Amino acid sequence: MEFVTRFKNALFLIAVLLAQAIALAVQVRGPANAGEPGGERIRLIRLWTIGAVTPFERGAQALGSGVRNTWYHYIDLRHARQENDALKRQIAQMRIDEAAIAEDALQGRRLQTMLQFRQRYVGSTVAAQVIGTGASDQSHILTIDKGSNDGLKPDMAVISPDGIIGKVREVAPGTAQVVEINDQTSGAGVILESTRIRGILRGTVAGRVQIGNLTADSRIKPGEHVLTSGGDQVFPRGLPVGVIEKIEPDPDHQPYMAISIKPAADLNRIEEVLVITGMQSELSDQAQQDLAAAQAKRAADMSAEKLPGIHDDETGTAAQNSTSAPTGSTGGQTVKVPRPEPVIHPDRYSPGATPPATDLTPGAKSQTPPPNTVRNATKPSNSKSTQEPQELQ
Amino acid sequence: METMVTRSYMSRREAEQQSFNLLATVLVPAVAILLQVLLPRISPRLAIVDLPLIVTLFFAVSRRNPIAGTATGAVIGLLQDLLSGMPAGVNGMAKSVVGYAAASLGSRIDVENTATRAVLTFCFSLLQSVLLYLIQRHLLEIHGFHVLWLHELLRAIVNLLVAVPVYLLLDRWKRQD
Repeated sequence: MEFVTRFKNALFLIAVLLAQAIALAVQVRGPANAGEPGGERIRLIRLWTIGAVTPFERGAQALGSGVRNTWYHYIDLRHARQENDALKRQIAQMRIDEAAIAEDALQGRRLQTMLQFRQRYVGSTVAAQVIGTGASDQSHILTIDKGSNDGLKPDMAVISPDGIIGKVREVAPGTAQVVEINDQTSGAGVILESTRIRGILRGTVAGRVQIGNLTADSRIKPGEHVLTSGGDQVFPRGLPVGVIEKIEPDPDHQPYMAISIKPAADLNRIEEVLVITGMQSELSDQAQQDLAAAQAKRAADMSAEKLPGIHDDETGTAAQNSTSAPTGSTGGQTVKVPRPEPVIHPDRYSPGATPPATDLTPGAKSQTPPPNTVRNATKPSNSKSTQEPQELQ
Repeated sequence: METMVTRSYMSRREAEQQSFNLLATVLVPAVAILLQVLLPRISPRLAIVDLPLIVTLFFAVSRRNPIAGTATGAVIGLLQDLLSGMPAGVNGMAKSVVGYAAASLGSRIDVENTATRAVLTFCFSLLQSVLLYLIQRHLLEIHGFHVLWLHELLRAIVNLLVAVPVYLLLDRWKRQD
């Protein structure tokens, strides 16, 4: 008893730390145990806390908006008239530009239809206003003014017109917490726009965004655009993520590189966001077929990239052949008849190497010259030495 | 006629122990947490200030009671965790230790001096950074978790600068026992 009285302060501290350590253990045991009573209780307390703070956040937001609106709409109107005139002139110029752009847009739509590539994966969205942030600078959390009453659920993607923002974590009836992509606990599947290399995006302790699971590759260069890959089942494919800013070796994971990304959306100054509440692919079989077709096309593109490239001079020859290909007329439309491209190593099976059937005699030996003869016959003998290195390229 | 003078022997801690009314005890931490949530909306750089830590230190040092310091730190830290999306207990544990240590130290040294308070805030800000690092790296085993120590040093300096006027403001709420 004397021991307890003497060390009551230290014992109280130990008891408090122990209780919190147990609470931590309950929370981090993993998603498999998320439905357990302990974890559910903490989630409820979290929701109550958010609910208690939300009215103040809404009030502060309303007050801030009111002050801002009063200032911008009624007080800070210097040069407004000149600005108005300038904008009117700009609109007139833009109308002229629009006519030209509209033509290009129509052409683009036609091409998309031809390719049967319909980018309609974002089904429905809910616009929300940011009313608060996390209470610690170690976490990058936003509080938005829409919740489960508006159809929001955990793990829904949150975007802005500029790019992705993050995903919904906790949902209360009237509010929700959004974990930004630069938070340490966030992640997203991404793809590099031009090289089509896939990676995993993660936030860092410094609030930056990095791809950390790629090894050194000379094709990855600063300035390349990064898009969502759709592989994380959260973000739809093809949304802008950002631009590669810096590539350096990752000291913690040595074979890998730390590829720093400059987010497309300014994560520090977000006022309004869009929460993707519905994905088209879940609703329509047609959209899923489109997605499969697009992925197959992309896989074909990636395979083509890995194959050896065609020489420039051969491409030129191919282009010449295609232009000189015979054409036919069908219903007023000129249709080009496809013609096989010239082969690099002709043999007796190559188009044009076999004599016409009318010249052949049944039972007679083949008169087709060996491949070397064909090749040498089409080129001067002294050009062989210059031809071979080209073939090896 | 000889006057009898009644003298009692009290420890320094008992002599200088201060308390706060219920309104201040609830309102000050609540406002600190609310400001911590709202200030980064004005400028993200303001997130570097840890107002809940400053309030924890103020109450712990003023009351000079380690149990009260621990409880204050735990409650404020847990609220911070619940609002920041972090597992409940990360800031709670760190601030419990800070509250306990600050209250224990407050009963031994003069903490009414502004310079002492500033040094305490600086040191406890760094202590909290170390505790948060230990909890997240070793208790939660978050691989790849790093602390930018230069940033934490800057945070300690900023907290020091903000804490001094805040303490002077909060001193008005004190009630001498």
